[in-house]
Amino acid sequence: MATTAVPTDRLRFGRPAGFAQTARRDAWWIEPVLTLVGLGSFVVYATWAALQGKFYYIGNLLSPFYSPEIWGPSPHAMFGPQPAWLPWPSFLPFSAAILVLAIPGNFRLTCYYYRGAYYKAFWADPPACGVGEPARGSYLGERTLPLVMQNVHRYFLYGAILVWFFLVHDVWKAVWFLQADGTEALGLSVGGVVLAVNVVLLWFYCTGCHSLRHLIGGRLKVFSKHPMQHMAWKVVTWLNCRHKLFAWCSLFSVGFSDIYVRLCAMGVWHDLRLFMI
Amino acid sequence: MAQATFQIFRGDSKGGALQTYTTDVGEGMVALDCVHQIQAESAPDLAVRWNCKAGKCGSCSAEVNGRPRLLCMTRMADLPEGEPVRIEPMHTFPLLRDLVTDVSWNYGVKKKIAKFAPRKPDAADGSWRMQQEDIDRVQEFRKCIECYLCQDVCHVLRDHAKHDEFAGPRFFVYTAALEMHPIDTGDRIDAVKDEQNIGYCNITKCCTTVCPEGITITDNAIIPLKERVADKHYDPLLWLARKLGIGDGETGAGA
Ligand code: SF4
Ligand code: SF4
Ligand code: FES
Ligand code: FES
Repeated sequence: MATTAVPTDRLRFGRPAGFAQTARRDAWWIEPVLTLVGLGSFVVYATWAALQGKFYYIGNLLSPFYSPEIWGPSPHAMFGPQPAWLPWPSFLPFSAAILVLAIPGNFRLTCYYYRGAYYKAFWADPPACGVGEPARGSYLGERTLPLVMQNVHRYFLYGAILVWFFLVHDVWKAVWFLQADGTEALGLSVGGVVLAVNVVLLWFYCTGCHSLRHLIGGRLKVFSKHPMQHMAWKVVTWLNCRHKLFAWCSLFSVGFSDIYVRLCAMGVWHDLRLFMI
Repeated sequence: MAQATFQIFRGDSKGGALQTYTTDVGEGMVALDCVHQIQAESAPDLAVRWNCKAGKCGSCSAEVNGRPRLLCMTRMADLPEGEPVRIEPMHTFPLLRDLVTDVSWNYGVKKKIAKFAPRKPDAADGSWRMQQEDIDRVQEFRKCIECYLCQDVCHVLRDHAKHDEFAGPRFFVYTAALEMHPIDTGDRIDAVKDEQNIGYCNITKCCTTVCPEGITITDNAIIPLKERVADKHYDPLLWLARKLGIGDGETGAGA
């Protein structure tokens, strides 16, 4: 019978362990690393793309990062070019994306799924379940500023649903092609498919939201008195169980949609027309 | 019959060490069987708490290879072969001896939660009428066997030792069962925010991962409670609606 001394930080019973200390033997670090790389690359790319202010549209295609285009140089702009009265920092090129990205950006930032994922991956709080955290002075959680603001997630949900309708409108515009005689004809190109798939995935992501699940019916104590709300709650619950899946799929599709439109606009890719009616 | 090596924590609150034992492992054996066999063969004074050996009493909670688990539900066949099996007591509660911890802190937390407050009976015989769809959510929570593995893994307790302020996932499940109960009239939302301090939970879902009863603790209990707290304390439109007396009185009820 051999004896192995146990490092005291493994037997802490209420005292913090050292960073990454654990008796787990599985590759617990894979998930936080994938989250770090996945979310990190998206944030870097989205910030870069939003700051460009160009190559975000071509013909009937508009990048979802720039939609709705309130003001801007493209024919998709709702109110024409940047108005003279709108203050804009001189070191930044004018970009319609900056005016709208705060809504979907904060929607994802305050999403319950992403919160749990980035607290682990970016803050190591904890790095993974049952794995020691880096030494920190205090722990405040989501009780105080700034993180208490996560509680307004439902307002970003309302904003995101509004933006979603603009993206549906963009898909509608993407299936109308300008003809040589100046008329428009219905058709479909790969770009239209890309934008449409993106809109579907975003809808599944938005409607699996925990706040929506609560507001649409989860808040009720007695479902049987509200059969319609109960039904809606069940549908949202089904999507909510797959929220992580749709969070990642829609993150990828929205990034890819921008890349697709950008490369077409830059002339790297050509938007292949599938058929015309 | 294959032999397996175990590293089992022996000691008390003053200190201890992992001790290595070997024992035969037969088909269908679980970690608790092995611990009992080791007790019988070489360590008669090894302390381990158990009762049902069926995953229903919640007594045999421990950490196997760093993962909070019920010893009686941990099949040896599911553990990596040829590696020593490391068994430690739960880290989040004071150690009594060997694999036994003092979980009585949890009993105190439960006592502070406002009790079930049913409305007046629906029938003259003192009974109530409820529909199945109204109690589905609560029935999931009633599966809890109070093993406290979720409390053990929760970093708010495990790493930040907020035992004095934070109720922990088990008691969010308990509170959610009361808050979602169709005949309950209580309102525990202020307490969820200010006494149970649900805001410490950063929804990392570790509690859900370890629950041996498969209760979806974070998604079905904690987040719905966080949303109820948001209804009552962080939603300006609902605040206004309550002031104006608009709404069905269910969202942020009792405000
Ligand atoms: S989800 Fe919340 S309660 Fe559950 S383990 Fe994580 S921090 Fe603790
Ligand atoms: S919720 Fe699950 S893990 Fe927590 S005490 Fe109950 S059965 Fe155990
Ligand atoms: S919880 Fe993820 S979008 Fe609302
Ligand atoms: S002995 Fe009862 S749950 Fe393991």
